[in-house]
Amino acid sequence: MYQGDAIRDTYKSLAEWSEKLGPEELNAKRAEAEALFRRIGITFAVYGEGGDPERLIPFDLIPRVFTSFEWSRLERGVKQRAEALNCFLRDVYHRAEIVRAGRIPAELVFQNAAFEPSVVGFRPAEGVFSHIVGIDLVRTSADEFFVLEDNCRTPSGVSYMLENREIMMRMFPDLFRKMRVAPVEDYPDQLRRTLASVAPEKCITDPTVVVLTPGGMNSAYYEHSFLADQMGVELVEGQDLFVEGDLVFMRTTRGPQRVDVIYRRIDDPFLDPLHFRPDSMLGIPGLMNVYLTGGVSICSAPGAGVADDKAVYTYVPDMIRFYLGEEPILKNVPTWRCGTPDDLKHVLANLGDLVVKEVHGSGGYGMLVGPASTKAEIETYAERIKANPSEFIAQPTLSLSTCPTFVEQGLAPRHVDLRPYCLVGKKVNLCPGGLTRVALREGSLVVNSSQGGGVKDTWVIAD
Amino acid sequence: MHLKIQHTSTYRFEMPVRYVVQSHRLWASQFEGQSVLGWNVMVEDAVFGQYFTDSAGDRVRTMTLNGPLTELRVHVEGEVMTSDQNGVLAGHIERVPPLAYLRTTDPTKPDKALKELALATSGSDLDRAHALSNAVAEAIVYRPGTTDAHTTAAEALAQGEGVCQDHAHALISAARTIGMPARYVSGYLQASSDGVPHEAGHAWAELHVSTLGWVGFDPANKCCPDERYVRLGSGLDAIHAAPIRGITHGLSSGDLEVEVAVEAAQQ
Amino acid sequence: MLSRTAENLYWVTRYMERAETMARLLEVGYRIALMPSAGEGNRNEWASILAASGVESYFQQSYSEANETTLENFLVFDTNNPSSVATCIAKARDNARVVRTAVTSEVWDALNSAFQEFKGLRPGDLPGLCDWTKKQTAALRGAIEGTQLQQDGYDFLNLGYYLERADNTARLLDVKYYVLLPTTQRVGGSVDNYQWITLLRSLSALRSFHWAYGGDYSPTKIAHFLILNKTNPRSLLHCVEEASYHLNRLARAYGQSTGAQAQANTKLARLAEAHVEDIISDGLHEFLRDFIRDNAGLGQTVADSYLFGSK
Repeated sequence: MYQGDAIRDTYKSLAEWSEKLGPEELNAKRAEAEALFRRIGITFAVYGEGGDPERLIPFDLIPRVFTSFEWSRLERGVKQRAEALNCFLRDVYHRAEIVRAGRIPAELVFQNAAFEPSVVGFRPAEGVFSHIVGIDLVRTSADEFFVLEDNCRTPSGVSYMLENREIMMRMFPDLFRKMRVAPVEDYPDQLRRTLASVAPEKCITDPTVVVLTPGGMNSAYYEHSFLADQMGVELVEGQDLFVEGDLVFMRTTRGPQRVDVIYRRIDDPFLDPLHFRPDSMLGIPGLMNVYLTGGVSICSAPGAGVADDKAVYTYVPDMIRFYLGEEPILKNVPTWRCGTPDDLKHVLANLGDLVVKEVHGSGGYGMLVGPASTKAEIETYAERIKANPSEFIAQPTLSLSTCPTFVEQGLAPRHVDLRPYCLVGKKVNLCPGGLTRVALREGSLVVNSSQGGGVKDTWVIAD
Repeated sequence: MHLKIQHTSTYRFEMPVRYVVQSHRLWASQFEGQSVLGWNVMVEDAVFGQYFTDSAGDRVRTMTLNGPLTELRVHVEGEVMTSDQNGVLAGHIERVPPLAYLRTTDPTKPDKALKELALATSGSDLDRAHALSNAVAEAIVYRPGTTDAHTTAAEALAQGEGVCQDHAHALISAARTIGMPARYVSGYLQASSDGVPHEAGHAWAELHVSTLGWVGFDPANKCCPDERYVRLGSGLDAIHAAPIRGITHGLSSGDLEVEVAVEAAQQ
Repeated sequence: MLSRTAENLYWVTRYMERAETMARLLEVGYRIALMPSAGEGNRNEWASILAASGVESYFQQSYSEANETTLENFLVFDTNNPSSVATCIAKARDNARVVRTAVTSEVWDALNSAFQEFKGLRPGDLPGLCDWTKKQTAALRGAIEGTQLQQDGYDFLNLGYYLERADNTARLLDVKYYVLLPTTQRVGGSVDNYQWITLLRSLSALRSFHWAYGGDYSPTKIAHFLILNKTNPRSLLHCVEEASYHLNRLARAYGQSTGAQAQANTKLARLAEAHVEDIISDGLHEFLRDFIRDNAGLGQTVADSYLFGSK
């Protein structure tokens, strides 16, 4: 399954190394890694399952490896996609040429719940709507990658990429001495630079960047505080900020301090109770007016979600052709839109072989994995689809690549996916690494941490 | 018609508040049926942001005020020249595609009764729009005090009575059900010559008719807006189209009093 | 520093100081209950402990009689009591949890282990509970002094301590002020001795009092010790001096003077000039009432000066 000598060599030396350590030592190392994670406090919250909501994501010691040759192709593909998605956002909030050209149905864009009417005609700094694009990829063969979904709002998980690497380096310094693994540790710096590069025109000084979190109860709070800390910027909640006239300020002990760029980790509907949901306690009243008059930048831009909707996803290859005049480097998984009658018929007839997802769902919740479901489960799901077809899409189950993973019996193949993080500001930048998620159950295709998935470090090795 | 508007909103706070922030959509629209002769929004000691024209063509600005405050008075004075355009909103500059007004919101979510009311209409877009407006006017009797700011379209229809906000919500909900973009409009209406006072502010609906563009319908008065109407701004529902959207921090129960006077200017 | 962060730090120490006060109060009640004269006279000592806690109204909602069992439960375990040890520790930890990056891991550990260990505590060993609580607060104090960078955050932590402590000392004194009045005739009588010992003990000041003054108790000496003796870390003057010191430090660090700084300095100057005889002859109760009010006023000015609370 893995071709290229570098990869073979890498895994070979990893295999030799793990053999030399032996299962007991590896188990001990795994326990040690887990203890490190706990001490640092990296946990994620799982809802609706009872028990301790603050759980640790299982961490697998065996890294996922790419050669720099493989990576450079992937990098071009991811950047191409991130660029096309931003072109799309700029376009649909301006002249909507792609709709006029009949390349994407108008209703899919304008009736989309994530389409934000108030930003029509507004151009964010540098024309960027989605500043951090997380692209979920799976590999099906040596040089074939499929995109599972795009995340244009606030993709999470990058703290794992950084912490996984940190822990690997602390535990296996020898491996890093032997192999030339591309570093990921300047990601926070890159992120800060990207955010600073999209400061609004009104900002004439060194821009003040903040991370806006919903607060300590949020499942990704650890990541919010981690990123703020690593970037050396304040982690704020809505109540820390206020609007005066045309500007946003932060309450500090030295007095009000102007804020230029907000990396928000809260969703559009909660950003500003004077604009969106009036009952939101998380946002900053008046923020959108300041944004629309160029007093502050919001990353990702309000309305960016219209590009990563699962129904819009199917049109991304068309976007690449339409805006960039290029062929997509990364493929889409063939997708049936249950909203169209022909596709619906096909989906209902083949549920047993398909993966069905809710258009607005996330985190692996509410999906049907046909081959792994009982007849009863499939029938129940079919009723849900029929009740509201346009809310569902379906995809074939791919023969996903696997990666050696440390399980009870030793090393065994497990399915993996990959989320690299592309930063888009004045420049476009892709960190050489990402979050590799692994389905720990044998044969399972679901890698979501909320569904029993784990994580691995991701290595890009110099050829 | 030359109309003069005086509109005062007075907020009283039991406990003094430290800070008030509001978004004002308080400037009369500019289109063929209405031009602004003079307009002024005043709040003592307030800091105002710059005016900007939002994507729906409304003039909006932020107002912030630092306390402690026990009272806040927003005073609007304006003069407009209006003419009867049979409700058609011609010459209004805006950027939002009409399709974006098909989405539903909490107060405009249709129930079975609203869907039935909508589906009972037929004919051209314009015919259906009129039919819908008439159906809503008949189904909901104008009776102040029977509903409140949070009443939904479905609730108002079920109880068969309400005020202009309920009429507009019901009409919007029904129109969207049959795929006709619809939105909420807030504004003023000149007091009737018989001296019967109207509600403090007025509201109606605009429906997007393929041949004409946006057309206003006022089920509460069984007509289309004419020269007695002054248009301020629009939104998906009453919350989005509110002339003043605000939050006051500090623990207090605000008491709001609104006075509106719309009169024909002395000739 | 974010105002919210400063505010959280300030409340971490206020709550922990309050937990300690509750423990001290209970300890006093417990000791007096062991005295031979307990229950004699017309005052129930537990009732006056309750009065000093400042949360009597909450007590009356769920309890009828003030005694060792009910007070132990109310002041230590009852989470409906906004000032119980349980509530204070939980709130102190909550305040620290949201500003984890602003405190050292040692400070967080001190708070977190107090919170975790508290879950395992059970009623029935009042002296043990009091000791345990004082140990936790001491551990936190130690962690702050030993590990926290002495920047603005450190000043806000200390402001919390000293504003809370000043309030607690003043309240305690106010509940007992009558025993210090010159009209008390039975000077040297055993009841008064107990009362004084009680008062001093509740402020952990019994032995230090002897070191500082020697000889017999007298109302003037005791009042002086608790109000005007700077060397006593729980005296009002000491607390005001510390508050003023930290506000001056902040003003210097930020390069801007504040209303809170001015207010604290004025208060300090006035208190430093005061004479205990005048305080007593002008009315100790009135003095304490004014002090408590001004102290709360200073707390409010600190909040205003550093933009605490939502806008």
